[in-house]
Amino acid sequence: MSSNPDSRPNLYALTWRLPIIFWQLIFFVGPVLFMVAMSFFLVKNYRMTEAFDFVNWTRMLTRGFFWDSYWYTVVIATASTVCAMCIAFPAAFALAFRASESTRRWAIFLLIIPFFTSYLVRTFSWFVILSESGVVNAMLGYIGLGPYTMLNTNFGTLVGYMTLTLPLVVILQTVTMANIDKNLIEAARNLGCSAFRTIWQVIIPLSKTGLIIAAIFCFILSFGDFVAPFYLGGSQEPTLPILILDTTKSGQQWPRAAVVAIMMMVTLFAIAFTGIALAYRKGKGAK
Amino acid sequence: MMKPTLTSSLYGLSRRQLLKAGGAAVLTTPFASRAWAATTEINMLAWYGHGEPDMVAEYEAANNVKFVPKYYAGGDNMLALIAQSPPGTYDLILSDGEFVQQLNLAGYIEEMDPADYPLDDMLHEDFKQFPGHWADGKMYSMMLRGGHLGVSYNKNSVTAEEAASYECFWKPELAGKVGHFDWHLPTLGMMSLYNGNGAGLWDLDDAKWSAVQETTMGLRKQVGGFFDYGGTFNGLKNGEMQAMVGIGDWITGVLEKDGAPVASVIPKEGGIQFTESYSIGKGSEKTAEVKKFIQHMMSPAGQVKSAQMAAYPGFCVTKAGRAALIEADLAEATRSHQIDGDPQDPITLINEGHIHYRDIPQQQGLEDWNDFWSEYKSA
Repeated sequence: MSSNPDSRPNLYALTWRLPIIFWQLIFFVGPVLFMVAMSFFLVKNYRMTEAFDFVNWTRMLTRGFFWDSYWYTVVIATASTVCAMCIAFPAAFALAFRASESTRRWAIFLLIIPFFTSYLVRTFSWFVILSESGVVNAMLGYIGLGPYTMLNTNFGTLVGYMTLTLPLVVILQTVTMANIDKNLIEAARNLGCSAFRTIWQVIIPLSKTGLIIAAIFCFILSFGDFVAPFYLGGSQEPTLPILILDTTKSGQQWPRAAVVAIMMMVTLFAIAFTGIALAYRKGKGAK
Repeated sequence: MMKPTLTSSLYGLSRRQLLKAGGAAVLTTPFASRAWAATTEINMLAWYGHGEPDMVAEYEAANNVKFVPKYYAGGDNMLALIAQSPPGTYDLILSDGEFVQQLNLAGYIEEMDPADYPLDDMLHEDFKQFPGHWADGKMYSMMLRGGHLGVSYNKNSVTAEEAASYECFWKPELAGKVGHFDWHLPTLGMMSLYNGNGAGLWDLDDAKWSAVQETTMGLRKQVGGFFDYGGTFNGLKNGEMQAMVGIGDWITGVLEKDGAPVASVIPKEGGIQFTESYSIGKGSEKTAEVKKFIQHMMSPAGQVKSAQMAAYPGFCVTKAGRAALIEADLAEATRSHQIDGDPQDPITLINEGHIHYRDIPQQQGLEDWNDFWSEYKSA
C-alpha cells in the first residue's frame, strides 16, 4: 500500500524554510513575548522585578496624555503617508513611463544613496535649511516674505518624515508602475481615455498592490520614528516613540514603555493586515 | 670584495645570532604589550563632558590612567544604569547632589574619608556637609561643582529687567519662542518658585501641587518645543527659542562665550542650584586611583578645569579654586560672576537666600511629576 505523497510534509521545502522560521522565533516572537510579559512587571528601586500586575496597563491606558499621543501619532503618520504618496506619484510616474531605462536605473540608484548616510545626520542638516535664519527663510526674505517658523512644528516633523520615507516610496511606486503592461495604457488612450482617466482607471488599479505596500511602509516608518518629531517637531505633542523615551527616562518605567510599544505594534499589525488584504483583494470580474 | 650574505652581514650578525634576536623579540612581545596595557582603566559614570579630553587628557597622560566614560542624562537614568550593572562596574560616579542619598541607600557607593578632601576650604558652609552627601556622620560624596538655574533668555528680545522675574516667560511677544529643557524637575521647580513657594518649592501639599500644575499649564501656549541637551543649544543659538525654562548658565554660558546674545539670571522669585559630586563606586578595585583623581579635581588646578569645562561650565566650590580661576582666566571668572562682591556671585546668591538646592518632590513621587510632564507636553 502506498501512502498519499501530498499528505506527507515536504521535508526538502521545510528545510529551506527553517532559517526564516528560526529567525522569526528568535528575533521577533521571542522578544515580543518577553515584551508582553514585561508589561506586567513592576519597577522597584529602578530595577524591574518579575510580577503579574495590570497596574502598568491601567496606569497608561487611563491617562489622557497616552491617548493624546496615540491619536496625534496616528494622524501625523497618516498625513506623512498621504504627503509621501502624493509627492512621490508624479516622480514615479515620470520615471516609469517617461524616462528611459537607463535614466530610471540611475534615478533609482540616486534614490538609494540617501540611505548610505545616517538618517540623524540628514535630519540635523534640516536645521540649517529650515531655521528662521536658515536658507529657506533667507530666500523668502528676498521676495519680502517671512521669516516663517518651520522648525519645532508639525511641518518640521513632516519634513523629517519625508526625509525618511520619500525615497523609499518613490522607488516602490516606480518599480510597481514600470511593470505595468504599456499596451494596456496605450489601449486606454486609443479608446479615448483622457490622461487623467487613464491614470485613475488604468494605472492606479494596476499598480494598486505596490502603491498600498508603499503606503504601508511609509506609515510604519513614520509611526515608529523618533528622530523627526523630536528634533524637527520639537517634541511638541509627543508621539508614541517620544512617550516611550519619556517613560523610560523618568523612573525607568520599562514595563509602562512596553505597554506603549505593544499598543503601537497592535496598531501597526491592524493597519498592515488591512492594507495587505486591500492590496490583494480581487476586483470585480477578477478570476 | 666579498658579497655580504646572511651569515656574514654588514651588521656583523650571524644567522644564528639573527634567529636568536628574532626569537627573543617574538617571545618578549607579549610582555611589551602587557607593559602598555598596564594603564589603569577607570570606568566613569557621568554627565556628558566630564570624561572628555579637555577634562581628563592631561591627567591621563600624567598618571597612566584611562577614563572610560559612560554618559547619562538625569539622575533616574544614572540610578538605572547602576542598578542594571554588576557591582564594581563603575569606579567613579558623578552624581547630581539630590541623588547621592539614593545612591547611598541602595549601597552603590563607598564611604569616603573627609580628611582626604579640602572640606575646610569650601566656599560655603553648606558645601562642607552638603545635604545627602553625609549619612550617620560618614561622608559618601565630594561636591565638585555647581550651577544655578533661572531665567535664560535672548538679550535681543528680553530685557534684563524683564528677566528679573519668571513672569517674562508669559510675555506675549515670546509666544511659541519659549523652550523647555526636557526634564520635569527643573521646570516644575521654577514654576513652584514662581508660585511663591520659596524654600518649600519641593515640599508641596496637594493644593500647592495643583497650583503648580495650573501655573505650568498656563505657560503651555508660549512653548515652542521640548529639547534635549543639543536641541537646547541649537534652539537658543539659531534664535528659534528666545527664552528657556529649566536651564541656566550651564547652557547659555557656552553660547555666550561663543558670542551669542544670551544670558542667564536668577530672578527675584529665586533660582535652583544643581550640584555635581563625585563618589567612589561600591566594589571598585581602583579606589586609590579614583581618590587621587577626585583630589586632583578638588585642587585649584582641577577646579579651574571644571569651571572651564567645554561641555558646560560650573562654578568652583573651593576658595583656592576660585582664586586660581581668577588668576588663570579672569574673563571667565567675571562672566560667571565668580568674583567676590559681584551681586550675581553664586555664593552671595546662596547667602541671600535666592538659591534653593535642587531636590526631588517630597510629597509626590517622581512618577507623578513625570506623568504631569507628559500631560503638559501633549496639552
